[in-house]
Amino acid sequence: MSAPTMPVSRRTFLRVSAIAGGGLLLTSVFEPLDAVEALVGAPRDGAVPAADDPRLSAYISLTPDGVVTIMAKNPEIGQGVKTMLPMLIAEELDVAWSQVRVEQARLDTKNFQGQTAGGSTATPNNWLPMRRVGAAARAMLVGAAAKQWNVPESECTTEAGVVHHRSSNRSLSYGALATAAAAITPPELASVPLKDPKDFRIIGQRVRGVDNQKIVTGQPLFGIDIVRPGMRYATFVKCGVFGGKVVKANVDAIAKMPGITNAFVVEGGDNLNGLLSGVAIVGDSWWKVQTARKALQVEWNEGATASQSTASFAQQAAALFAAEPQRTLRTDGNVDSGLSAAAKRVEAEYSYPFIAHAPLEPQNCTAHFTNGQLEIWAPAQLPDSGRQLVARTLGMEPDAITVHIIRSGGGFGRRLYNDFMVEAAWIARETGVPVKLLWTREDDTKHDFYRPGGFHKFSAGLDANGALTAFADHFVSFGEGERFAPSADLGATEFPARFVPNLRLASSVMPLGVPTGALRAPRSNALSFAFMGFLDECAHAAGKDTVTFLRAVLDNQQPEPAPQPGRRAPGGLDAKRMRDVLDLVAEKSGWANRASLPKGTGMGVAFYFSHRGYFAEVAQVTVSKSGAVQVDKVWVAGDVGSQIINPSGAEQQTQGAALDGIGQVLAQKITFENGRTVQSNFNDFPLLRLKQAPPVECHWKLSDNSPTGIGEPALPPVVPAITNAIFAATGKRIRSLPLSDHDLSWS
Amino acid sequence: MNITLKVNGQSRTVDVPSDMPLLWVLRDELDLKGTKFGCGVAQCGACTVHVNGAATRSCVLPAAAIQGAEVVTIEGLSSDGTHALQRAWDELDVPQCGYCQAGQIMSAAGLLARNPKPTDADIDAAMNGNLCRCATYLRIRQGIHRAAELMVAPTPEGASRDGGVQS
Repeated sequence: MSAPTMPVSRRTFLRVSAIAGGGLLLTSVFEPLDAVEALVGAPRDGAVPAADDPRLSAYISLTPDGVVTIMAKNPEIGQGVKTMLPMLIAEELDVAWSQVRVEQARLDTKNFQGQTAGGSTATPNNWLPMRRVGAAARAMLVGAAAKQWNVPESECTTEAGVVHHRSSNRSLSYGALATAAAAITPPELASVPLKDPKDFRIIGQRVRGVDNQKIVTGQPLFGIDIVRPGMRYATFVKCGVFGGKVVKANVDAIAKMPGITNAFVVEGGDNLNGLLSGVAIVGDSWWKVQTARKALQVEWNEGATASQSTASFAQQAAALFAAEPQRTLRTDGNVDSGLSAAAKRVEAEYSYPFIAHAPLEPQNCTAHFTNGQLEIWAPAQLPDSGRQLVARTLGMEPDAITVHIIRSGGGFGRRLYNDFMVEAAWIARETGVPVKLLWTREDDTKHDFYRPGGFHKFSAGLDANGALTAFADHFVSFGEGERFAPSADLGATEFPARFVPNLRLASSVMPLGVPTGALRAPRSNALSFAFMGFLDECAHAAGKDTVTFLRAVLDNQQPEPAPQPGRRAPGGLDAKRMRDVLDLVAEKSGWANRASLPKGTGMGVAFYFSHRGYFAEVAQVTVSKSGAVQVDKVWVAGDVGSQIINPSGAEQQTQGAALDGIGQVLAQKITFENGRTVQSNFNDFPLLRLKQAPPVECHWKLSDNSPTGIGEPALPPVVPAITNAIFAATGKRIRSLPLSDHDLSWS
Repeated sequence: MNITLKVNGQSRTVDVPSDMPLLWVLRDELDLKGTKFGCGVAQCGACTVHVNGAATRSCVLPAAAIQGAEVVTIEGLSSDGTHALQRAWDELDVPQCGYCQAGQIMSAAGLLARNPKPTDADIDAAMNGNLCRCATYLRIRQGIHRAAELMVAPTPEGASRDGGVQS
């Protein structure tokens, strides 16, 4: 198994303490190497690390009643991390899962490491560190038992929270040993023995979500459920044009309306990622605040972007396609001569729309400012970034801001941005009482950090045998100069780069006055459609089955060129791992037998590498003669390493990601007119519904690689798998999304 | 205006604007946070409760229309979290983020009350108004079938609710 990814300048060590009243507190600390020496001799005198101590990656306590409490440090957004990370500790600690209690930590950057949700990083970052903490605790409990029995540790075994000495038929529970174990010197984390995976009792089991019972009985759990004594409710009205400023508003009249306590203008700034100008209305119920909002009259200075529109973006893209690309991202061989020498050329333009995140819980945040201190309850994916934004905007020290991490009603990347937090904080300081800011669904749809749209002009060359010999993309995106707008970029390792002798990836950008950002599998969720759709066209042009064609491309890995000036060394996908999942999905889906499908039904295939995960997917789609699309089934083959930690959660994330992609393909688009978002709610930005959700069959290809994350990488391939299946079913090639823009009827 | 209604078996009186939707009466006046706000226009079903026995979108039902009504919310679906749907939801680990699940369960409870053994088509029809952004739809469908089984055999295996390991 490969070594874990650990920052070079840091190491991890353990700190053990006794708990008042008995028991063991074990913390795992990430520490800059130069500070380690100073701490080695530090007295183990406190149960809780002091504020200036190094930062914890794990925190577990074991009390004499046998209860193991594991602090969940990361935000839970539905990805299952609050269940999965504690499983890693519990496995190596060798307790029964029923003994484990999980508590959510608040934001505490001085003591905790990496309290974030994003990038499918929790698994690769924690797979070994968490297990080592559990194993170290187990070793100390064994040490305490061996000492008490005066036997060698090697003669002791553990099972389900009990240490056994079989030959003398003696046993002691972890609870009974906890206090004594606190006096045992903790082992070196780097060398503590870990279980052989064949002995896993928790890892690999279907473990249910730790908050399930609260969810199914409707207990308060989410940001929207927060209540504070004396709390008021707020709405914040921004300009439909992003960054537009309030010139004047009838706030005096609004403040006199029933139930309203405050109405005021917030000047805001120019940064679309910060506090924007708007009007805050605060009152004693959210409904009364919404009623008052209907009477609000605002004169806006809409600013320079009030004329931008989806149509103007398309016009600019056409003009940029007609010119030479502004810059080259990668060149291999000679693409122009490669294209001229080709036996066959394929050319096509692809485009995809902006889309919204639309988590079901609208953005919200509760804040209370008192005596120069701010307390915030935030359903946020990057709570520390939020605290920094609040500190900068309000001119406060970060230390004066306490942030409680609250379970999010969906993240998908939306809650990486902390506009809701800085708005709540500002309004709370202006009003001096606890305030819950809650956006409407319309606010949420119209003020997102959207997945950016994009445009691609592809050319490919095939030789006489149908092999891919040249490939070029002119990518037209958004940004300025050398900078792409957030999540609007294209990497130099985008497949088929490294697998075609003559290749050029180039780009041009146009300016954008719309906030953009990461949506589940950012970049990949859009690039997959364009690249794998076009490669399917190439396969058909070559007269080859797409699986065979893609396999041949993967088999044609080129010698690695030297890193180009100013660019990072090339990286990218491992061809063997991708071939393996491609073969697996072809086998499981019955790809070879697809010719037997009736007219109007077809299969499409695609693969994609993102977030360290390898996924190949086949979709079977039926298009009615009138053009209605039904995805019949999706087959997924994934390689995320040697172990599926929680098969229940992994299947949830994989099926959810695939279905998420289907929802995007069918009818999701955000468009702009007069600088504003046109769509407003689920009637015009439709999410997938139950009857549209086909079976999604998941197959794992276990490989000899350390486990990696699964919240995102299953999404990208499903999008082109569907559009490629529509071509197979109808002969209609889908080069723009969503499908609701296309007439797919056939006869 | 004063509205008197029965919520989860208890008589409650609130003084609210006549157009305040039942959703906000429940959440902000009666502090029952289980019922969720998702869209405000009866598009997502997160706010589903039972009004006089029928699954209803509470976000568009004004207070003036609920005088004397009998309302059951997720908090009142069972006294101890052991309604067959609640057990099935935990057993099959249905929730992802969990935000829509109160509405899903209340819609499903309405379905099972009138159709104790629904087909997939029955489920598609009854549940089509409930959005799940995480798209845990395959488990929702399984969960309803499982709850239908549990209602016939009320003491199933695997009903422990400690979040423990399923074998």
